[in-house]
Amino acid sequence: MSSDAFKFRSSLRTATDGLVTVLAILATLVVIAPLVAIFVYLLYMGASSLNLAFFTQIPKPVGETGGGMANAILGSGLLLAVASVIGVPIGIGAGIFLSEFGRGSTLANAIRFTADVLNGVPSIVMGLAAYALIVVPKIPFLPFTGHFSAFAGGVALGFMMIPTVCRTTEEMLLMVPNAVREAALGLGVPNWRSVLSITVKTASPGIITGCMLAFARVAGETAPLIFTALGNQFWSANLDKPIAALPLQIYVYALSPYDDWHRLAWAGSLVLIILIVLAVSLVRYVTSRGVLKGAS
Amino acid sequence: MLLCALSIFVIVLLIAFELVQRSQLTWHKFGLGFFYKVFSDSYSNTPVYWDPVNELFSARPFVYGTLVSSFLALLMAIPLAVGLAIFLTEMCPGFLRSPLAFLTELLAAIPSVIYGLWAVFVLVPLLREHVNPLLIKTLGWTGLFDDSNPTGLGYFSAGVILAVMILPIISSLTREVMIAVPHSQREAVLALGATRWEMIRMGVLRNARIGIVGAIILGLGRALGETMAVAMVIGATPEIHHSLLANGSSMATVIANEYAEAVSEMHLSALTEIGLALFLVTIVVNGFAQVLIWAVTRGTPAQAR
Repeated sequence: MSSDAFKFRSSLRTATDGLVTVLAILATLVVIAPLVAIFVYLLYMGASSLNLAFFTQIPKPVGETGGGMANAILGSGLLLAVASVIGVPIGIGAGIFLSEFGRGSTLANAIRFTADVLNGVPSIVMGLAAYALIVVPKIPFLPFTGHFSAFAGGVALGFMMIPTVCRTTEEMLLMVPNAVREAALGLGVPNWRSVLSITVKTASPGIITGCMLAFARVAGETAPLIFTALGNQFWSANLDKPIAALPLQIYVYALSPYDDWHRLAWAGSLVLIILIVLAVSLVRYVTSRGVLKGAS
Repeated sequence: MLLCALSIFVIVLLIAFELVQRSQLTWHKFGLGFFYKVFSDSYSNTPVYWDPVNELFSARPFVYGTLVSSFLALLMAIPLAVGLAIFLTEMCPGFLRSPLAFLTELLAAIPSVIYGLWAVFVLVPLLREHVNPLLIKTLGWTGLFDDSNPTGLGYFSAGVILAVMILPIISSLTREVMIAVPHSQREAVLALGATRWEMIRMGVLRNARIGIVGAIILGLGRALGETMAVAMVIGATPEIHHSLLANGSSMATVIANEYAEAVSEMHLSALTEIGLALFLVTIVVNGFAQVLIWAVTRGTPAQAR
């Protein structure tokens, strides 16, 4: 190869390299742009409409200004409580099984795979399932069934929490060094005891934040609530009745033609997003700073 | 513990069982034709797909809408996501890496209703005023963009917001598989005198390609099932249009819009069958993606970042 051709090729290669670098940086900027835009808009629109009334009053009838989403906040709280009661214990239990009792077994792999698949099931389908399971049939001796209710919404959300809680619990338990387990077993502690009071305890900050992450994820879910919790314009804390929820209210208000309702939708979104950002940052803090490794 | 773990199986089976059972009615009446049949209006001779009053149901416009919006989303998201992953793993200065990764993680955690809210008030006006006229002017001749729809809602808007939503999933998984490529591969290519891009192309992308495909398919799974944001911007009309700027509807959207108000058994059953189809498709898509990603990251316990 002549030296000119060599030089040409070499500069072409350097140019391609530079071009790709620029493209990658551009891609990063394009990805970050909508995120920044969403946050700026949320802060700008939300902060200007967030006031005390938002947290203390229920929605005003159409045409009157003011009002808040207090009933939706209460409703979301209640729905999430039901969801946590269902999702957290089952999720943690499944996670412990995957990491401590079934590690490496075919059964555990199958369950892990199913959990990942369940994680990918669209939330609207979860709503359909909860509707079919709880809203339609009137199961004798079981309260809350047979009509739209807060309980049905909570169950839908709880099912959605299980795979997230399960997988984060497993991940956190796997971070516990084996030496800790061996130390406990070496003292003659039975395996179940060592799992519960040593391994799980060591990983508990991680497990708790994992639960918070799942909590934050389902806090923003709207689709499964549309035909289970249904929404409500008034105060309600009754598990047996339709109930308001923050994301549901945001959805309804965003598509309404009233400026005042749009304002409330932005404020509600800001509240939701603050909750979620807090949870995600906490998870990141716990997993990256090695809080868990304090035991080793 | 075992009971808890097994309950995950039970839940999946329960969902499948209930959906199958509640969609029997449409299944018996329309069979597989439910997904492609076209009815015809006897007065005006125009195609009719979805007529709850006369109990004519065909999922065709929804399947079409879901496929078109997801495909548009993938088209926009793939290059950006892979670019971002390359930047984060191979080029980014160390001090930027973790804030950027954190930001993309946040993007994944924003609820879809908030994406929808933002899309309705910011993205759609932006597309309507600036992007759509440009597309109509430059690409109008393809027939894919015509200006018969002044609202700005439609397949294209849905595709854009979906792209924003699946970006973080694709890019974080792509990043994970790229990190799993052993360092020795990179060093070997560099030692042969390759530039950085050649190193990324030959040493990293080639080794990680199966996992990247897996990440893309997982993103597709998310896009197919995405409900709220799409429902807010796609326009919600059960029609098929070849223009990407026209109003449409998608499978998840029609369930969200009509299920709570449906009264006839047949209508409910038709919506449930769409849900069942969505359930099966996402299970297959996600399962496949999981296997691909697993094939790459298995056996290479997270190497040094």
